[in-house]
Amino acid sequence: MIKLLQEIANDDETLLRWGKLVTCKVLIGVGDVDFIVSIEKGRVDSLRKRTLPLESGVFAIRASEVVWNEYWQKLPKRNYHDLFSMFSSGLATIDGDLTIFMQNLIYFKLLFAAPRNCLRELPSAK
Amino acid sequence: MQNRPPQFEPIIGRYFTLNFNGRDHRIYVEEAGSGIPLICLHTAGSDARQFRHLMCDTKVTDRYRVIAFDLPWHGKSNPPEGWQDKEYQLDTKIYKDLVRAFSQAMALNNPVIMGCSMGGRLVLHLALDHPNEFRAVIALEGADKLQPYYDTSWLHRSDIHGGEVCAGYVSGQIAPQSPNKYRWETLWSYMQSGPGIFKGDLFFYWQDGDFVDRSNNIDTLRCPVYLLSGEYDNSCTPERAKDTHDRITGSKLTIMKEIGHFPMSENPDLFRTYLLPILNEISEE
Repeated sequence: MIKLLQEIANDDETLLRWGKLVTCKVLIGVGDVDFIVSIEKGRVDSLRKRTLPLESGVFAIRASEVVWNEYWQKLPKRNYHDLFSMFSSGLATIDGDLTIFMQNLIYFKLLFAAPRNCLRELPSAK
Repeated sequence: MQNRPPQFEPIIGRYFTLNFNGRDHRIYVEEAGSGIPLICLHTAGSDARQFRHLMCDTKVTDRYRVIAFDLPWHGKSNPPEGWQDKEYQLDTKIYKDLVRAFSQAMALNNPVIMGCSMGGRLVLHLALDHPNEFRAVIALEGADKLQPYYDTSWLHRSDIHGGEVCAGYVSGQIAPQSPNKYRWETLWSYMQSGPGIFKGDLFFYWQDGDFVDRSNNIDTLRCPVYLLSGEYDNSCTPERAKDTHDRITGSKLTIMKEIGHFPMSENPDLFRTYLLPILNEISEE
């Protein structure tokens, strides 16, 4: 599902509007696999598996695959429905320099949640 | 071109000056309906527009005079003169005294008081300390003990847009089932809040307002207490509301499915199904 994030995000005009000042790299951890998301003026330029040990993003958000899949449901269960609620309930973690994340919080929340707009059914967390 | 005359809502808004703690505060207040006074307290960092749906609901306004005001520093209520010299911070005593001063200035007789979030906490304090002044209290998303989970210093910095970050913080407090138009309207009022105001309110909400050591002294025979908590609220969670309910003997708890932290503004149609039975019960007592 994360691989669809680029395609879905770049088709979302609302998302692009909120992200027009965002250019950076972000790390998303899905279980043991890290992905690097390269963003240029709100568009996801590339999304690929991390290959180099010293490759990183300005900040990193990590959760298990089960958690991300529940987060990406159209109507997620409580605590899985938002990044902050996942942090507060211990389902996800965030590390790094959070300045750009906070400066563009609405954008990043929309970006991470973008796969919810995909109609494909995902396995739900038990 | 012939225009249709404006179809005004029943809400009337006015200003008055409240002298509080020796300083004049220009207060904006809205009201609709007649009957039992029902004071409504908005959430931290927002304003009384959150109650606009309630004030247009004839099932409510047929029996209640619904009164919602913007706290000083919020909405259309100005901060007092000299505000620029000091950082804003709301504490329990100021908040409690201010709401009582408002109620007295409006000459309200034994009103019901309903607050959300920090307003929900405040009404519990009022039930404890001033049970004879209120017919009943309704705490929406209000608890006697909370657990902070974020750093509020991000909310007031020169390198971050305060309105956008405040809205971003609370966006996850809205249930995914809530209609999109109401979600973004709820966030809009956060985007309009003054610099540092949400952060200043959160001093009361996260820290100063805790009174878990005394909440069990609330006498619900003198002042009935209703607690309502949204399923998707991740600050005043259903669990924290339940803990509060367990400590306040005689309180009544409702968990609202598919609702978050802003029931009256994020999903007014669903919220009224939870609130109307409570208002009926209070009016019949």
